[in-house]
Amino acid sequence: MTFLGDIAHVLATADLWRLTLEAAALLLLPALGGVISERSGVVNIAMEGMMLTGAFFSVVADLAWHNPWAAALVGIVAGGLMALIHAVVSIRFRADQIVSGIAINIFAAGLTVFLVNRLYGLADVGHVGQANLLPYINIPLLDQIPFLGRVLFQQNVVVYAALILLVIVHLVLFRTRLGLRIRAVGEHPQAADTAGINVYVIRYGAVITSGLLSGLAGAFLAIGISNTFVPNMTDGRGYIALAAVIFGKWTPFGAFVACLIFGLGQAIYDNNSIIHVSQYLLSMLPYVLTLVVLAGVVGRSIPPAADGIPYAPENE
Amino acid sequence: MSTEPEKLAVDMHGITKAWPGVVANDHVDFSVRAGEIHALVGENGAGKSTLMNILYGLVKSDSGEIIVNGKPARINGPRDAIALGIGMVHQHFMLIPVFTVGENIMLGREPVAGPGFYDYTRARKDIDELTKKYGLRLDPDARTGDLPVGLQQRAEIVKVLYRGANLLVLDEPTGVLTPQETVELFGILRDLLKAGKTIIFISHKLKEVLEISDRITVMRRGKVVGHLTTKETNEQEIATMMVGRAVLLRVDKKPAKPGAVAFRVENLTANSDRSVQALRGISFELRQGEILGIAGVEGNGQSELVEVLAGTRRATGGHVLLGDRDVTAANAREERDAGVGHIPEDRRGVGLVLNYSIADNLILGRERASAFSWHGLLLRLDAIRNWAKRLVKEFDIRTPSIETPARALSGGNQQKIIVAREMGTRPRVLLAAQPTRGVDIGAIEFIHRRLVAERDEGTAVLLVSAELDEIRSLSDRIAVMYEGRIVSVEPADTDEARLGLLMTGGGTGAKTGAA
Repeated sequence: MTFLGDIAHVLATADLWRLTLEAAALLLLPALGGVISERSGVVNIAMEGMMLTGAFFSVVADLAWHNPWAAALVGIVAGGLMALIHAVVSIRFRADQIVSGIAINIFAAGLTVFLVNRLYGLADVGHVGQANLLPYINIPLLDQIPFLGRVLFQQNVVVYAALILLVIVHLVLFRTRLGLRIRAVGEHPQAADTAGINVYVIRYGAVITSGLLSGLAGAFLAIGISNTFVPNMTDGRGYIALAAVIFGKWTPFGAFVACLIFGLGQAIYDNNSIIHVSQYLLSMLPYVLTLVVLAGVVGRSIPPAADGIPYAPENE
Repeated sequence: MSTEPEKLAVDMHGITKAWPGVVANDHVDFSVRAGEIHALVGENGAGKSTLMNILYGLVKSDSGEIIVNGKPARINGPRDAIALGIGMVHQHFMLIPVFTVGENIMLGREPVAGPGFYDYTRARKDIDELTKKYGLRLDPDARTGDLPVGLQQRAEIVKVLYRGANLLVLDEPTGVLTPQETVELFGILRDLLKAGKTIIFISHKLKEVLEISDRITVMRRGKVVGHLTTKETNEQEIATMMVGRAVLLRVDKKPAKPGAVAFRVENLTANSDRSVQALRGISFELRQGEILGIAGVEGNGQSELVEVLAGTRRATGGHVLLGDRDVTAANAREERDAGVGHIPEDRRGVGLVLNYSIADNLILGRERASAFSWHGLLLRLDAIRNWAKRLVKEFDIRTPSIETPARALSGGNQQKIIVAREMGTRPRVLLAAQPTRGVDIGAIEFIHRRLVAERDEGTAVLLVSAELDEIRSLSDRIAVMYEGRIVSVEPADTDEARLGLLMTGGGTGAKTGAA
């Protein structure tokens, strides 16, 4: 069978699309965080590090407590704490946000490896038992729909959460007072400030929220899709999520479309056993798609006007 | 305070604010009566904006007290000021271009329905009521960035009113407006006064101050130097107070002696940045020893015209002849080498490299000249230093040293750097775009004198300005631009009303005279 024939065959299976949605949801969470953070005017390229931290601590907590829900919460908080560092450095100290983001990504990679060695020695981290993973939940009746039921309604609990969060983030950003203020702060902080809005509070909140969402994604990866922590297991997904933010023109649904495209690439790779092409080539697919999409398909997309610019009131 | 005959809306006492190196406000006393239009005038850097930013809570004073409506007030941020009924229309609008007018007006005080949802219907209704009450037409659904500046300013005013302001501070509100828009604004201000509002009007345009205000406070170098009653003063008195010495408000100039044609522009067309046709066939002649003024509402192609002539924008058709030479397609370097000087309208973005020293800025664009470099490879630092020292002296650039970065100077002195650079090399043609925008009276006087001197020495000067006063007092002929065309060339003594009419597309038929 030819390569294209293999792909066509794979594309016809419900499993592929189920995996696509799952991979997309994993990217969607940090992407939503990125959208919120950048809409408030703070460039966030640290989703990778926040995810990785969330992944590690959720595994540690799950191994200790045998409770995936508490473990996920720990992962979320860990991501939020990493984001807090980014927030303090870039909002309070007005440091370059790209540099701060890179520092956090490197710090997270180093910290997790270091802690693995300290806590577990040179041995494996250990595996979380099947019963203690974030569960896959079949929605009764709906999961019986041919094809669609498998794709949409036999998913991990976090996938459902991500889709609900997608709608919530969209509504908050574009329909609520809070969203109006977040966008105002990201477009023109001076204007927001003179209108009596506290720029710092909004930006801290937005950056920390991006960390919480990334932390959840990390937990999903480590104790949902997988069952252990491996160093650098996020494998650039935080960066792909960042690409999705830009591809999606800083909108939640736009980012979701991008996540689906990247997720499809991931899913095709996951099916590499039945596609007769080197798996190493296939493993490049999500990343190549990212480059192609960013370079060609999107064209120029315009970020929030004050994205990446620290806010200094006239007084200082 | 109760013994005062008039009720004071604001009374600021002994306000002092020092920045590193400058005292922006030095024991300033400033009071405004309820129900008056009070003008606060002074040159750039006199401390007007600092004082108003203190009143609005954007800047904290080092000492001093503020009494609002008879009660001592602590203003720690815009929120406190808004609560006290103080509203500010900033010089650079505090509007978000991608938001609708309604969203901008509501921001910070949005009506909500249900769990925090922004209530569009109520917002629209509230704005409608407000705009009707004050007779300010405004579409709340328009995208703010698409509106002309006059309407954006109106949105700013409505925004301030929506917050319940009784005292409106307008910081240089006419700087961005066309003459017609200014007339409209003054109408609005008078209506607001009738509705019981108090207005502080910051400006350095003395004519406008005399027209609109009841009383005037003059500041110079951080201090209040005079309290005046508008009816009892005149332009000359205020100008002298502002600058600290007698100022020549009118430009003294002899009749022009136009020589040969230096610059001939034939049927020139060009596009704007948005690829829309900005120049639709421009033709004119510019002679040695004359100043041709280009009048027009901003955005009618003047910027594009200057850019094409300076070689920074590509023409799509037509010809530009410098003497006998066709320079239509010449780039900026070739134009410069051919003897075209260019004072660009965007001083900070195009005219200067702000982080460069004054000396470096003074040779920008000439750095390859043999006077300043050895075969274009090594800079002749001594020659550059001497050149810079000479120009700093000749053009009265106020700076601690020639090594000071341009960023550290005031707008007027930054502009003098550009003027010095462009005039210092004795150009045949000088393109001067908004040469005195945002520059204070002392520097304006200086730049005007230099432009006329340049003309008298035989340079052909093309002057583009949004200030009709400037155009009328300097030009020997006035070309009016409207929608990418020169609609008329008028003599220098044409009255303001006729120019205003031409600038808005009227008056080109029979010469009907003043509108």
